[in-house]
Amino acid sequence: MKAKTSKKVLMSGNEAMAEAAIKANCFFYAGYPITPQNEIPSYMAKRMHDEGRVFIQAESEIAAINMVFGASACGVRVLTSSSSPGVSLKQEGISYMAGAELPAVIINVMRGGPGLGNIASAQSDYFQSTRGGGHGDYFTPCFAPYSPEEAARLVMLGFDLADFYRTPVLVLADAIIGQMMEAVEFPKESGFTKKLPPKTWALTGKSGRTANIVKSFFLKEGGLEVHNEHLRKKWQKIKENEQRSDTHKTNDAKYLIIAYGSEARIALEAIDILRAKKVKVGLFRPISLWPYPEKNLKTISKKIRKVFVVEQSLGQMVEDVHLSIPEKEIHFLGKTGGGIPKAHEIAKFIEKHAK
Amino acid sequence: MPNKTRPASLKNISTHYCSGCGHGILHRLVAEVIDEMKLSEKTIGVAPVGCAVVAYDYWDFDVCEAAHGRALAVATGIKRCRPQNVVFTYQGDGDLVSIGLAETFHTANRGENLTCIFINNACYGMTGGQMAPTTLVGQPTATTPWGRNPKSGEGWPVKLSEILATLSGVAFAVRSTISSPREVIKTREYIKKAFSNQIENKGFSIIEVLSPCPTIWQKSPINAMKWIDEEMVKTFPLGVIKDK
Ligand SMILES: Cc1ncc(C[n+]2csc(CCOP(=O)(O)OP(=O)(O)O)c2C)c(N)n1
Repeated sequence: MKAKTSKKVLMSGNEAMAEAAIKANCFFYAGYPITPQNEIPSYMAKRMHDEGRVFIQAESEIAAINMVFGASACGVRVLTSSSSPGVSLKQEGISYMAGAELPAVIINVMRGGPGLGNIASAQSDYFQSTRGGGHGDYFTPCFAPYSPEEAARLVMLGFDLADFYRTPVLVLADAIIGQMMEAVEFPKESGFTKKLPPKTWALTGKSGRTANIVKSFFLKEGGLEVHNEHLRKKWQKIKENEQRSDTHKTNDAKYLIIAYGSEARIALEAIDILRAKKVKVGLFRPISLWPYPEKNLKTISKKIRKVFVVEQSLGQMVEDVHLSIPEKEIHFLGKTGGGIPKAHEIAKFIEKHAK
Repeated sequence: MPNKTRPASLKNISTHYCSGCGHGILHRLVAEVIDEMKLSEKTIGVAPVGCAVVAYDYWDFDVCEAAHGRALAVATGIKRCRPQNVVFTYQGDGDLVSIGLAETFHTANRGENLTCIFINNACYGMTGGQMAPTTLVGQPTATTPWGRNPKSGEGWPVKLSEILATLSGVAFAVRSTISSPREVIKTREYIKKAFSNQIENKGFSIIEVLSPCPTIWQKSPINAMKWIDEEMVKTFPLGVIKDK
């Protein structure tokens, strides 16, 4: 089913991501209820049924990710979604999928932590999402939307990228993006232009070929090293080709805000406040959190005097900023546990340090 | 009837199993049934984490790995996407009854149309013989050195097949062993029946097989078989528990 260019539809970010999965021909969804992503399984329950595809309310996030593992092993497109505590439970499964090179899209609509935390917006799963998250030597491409429409596009991109590289892909939204309603226009295509390889490795029964095995286990001496070196080359390729970012008013900027997801939206307002006061400030917005868009950040920040990293966390992405542009003066503003750095707070913080 | 020659679905290589281990017999029975029913091009197996973790090295049909305990969740994903295939899991007692109990219970309760082959050796073989949920009362293991004692909080042997038989989604639940040629032939018939059930869309089937682990039990292969007949069956009685 090819998606037609649709007119704008009013939708929450969660619903937009779910519909994007339908449009991207996702055949299998399994998930377990958790706020603030419950609109995704509800939407999928109905739409997957309408499309004659598979929806399962699993008994847990652990079961859901392992169902998704099995479905992906058959070569169909698969999705699971959850929020922070549930995504922690999925980590063993995500590690297995990275090892077995199984494509999947995994949506995390972040809430506050640690522990049961709360159900307010947070960006505190950045480390988990960009450093593998589970056990072992691996990475997962991770994309962070800043609007429902972009969330939809990144889900579509995620499916293509997952199939191309044979890897699980995370879409890391936060509660604000998941819950906010906005006009969404679904794109015709994901924007990923490389040709997707046929899934000759899929388990379909060995009719007309030798048996296929899907596994992440390499017991023989040296076997895992060879496999992980193969993975290393893949991560390297993704690092080179899949960095994505956006900028706003950076042409004449002396000061740069770096923020992603819902915090990037708030930063836009801070820029308006500061620009009205003739402070030349712009925004760098990472869209891929892994790979971190260090190439663009290096270029953009050349003429920048000071950098301001703003997050809904105690400071996680700021480490990647330090790694990308170590020579710059970097200031961090973060709030945690449902606290959100507001536009006027960001503006005040920058005014204080910009002098 | 059982073949005298090696079934085509079993590769011609020697296994890593200890002498007297039940996995060799059971791998072969599965392969024989698949060949007899002409299912080798339609079957997708799911291997456990346990001694049979590399079952895919020995079988010659499509096989999927699963994390420890999650084989039935993986199998659910496979079967829902490919209802035209025959899908089975092959799992030990630690995998199926301990760490994976939630997946086991709910897969059975959904009545997933697939087959679960449950190898009950009353211990964790792979990790060095610790207590399993199926360890007999009084049976010494690496973590119950004085024998499993329910009174000191170690619990009682779990009769999984009886528990699953209470669920409406379960079509067939049976317990057998491989302690004698007669029992081996019976087990083979049960596996065949479970695959037939699946082809007829009857729902979930479980075949629990009491299987020897001479190394961990510290018995000769022959005495291990005897222990099944004389001790294990007292806790785990053989026979058809449910046939819907
Ligand atoms: C999450 C996780 N926990 C623990 C282990 C270690 N482990 C491997 S096999 C096993 C027990 C296997 O016992 P059983 O399922 O009875 O199979 P057997 O080895 O007896 O055939 C354990 C605990 C693991 N691989 N993964």
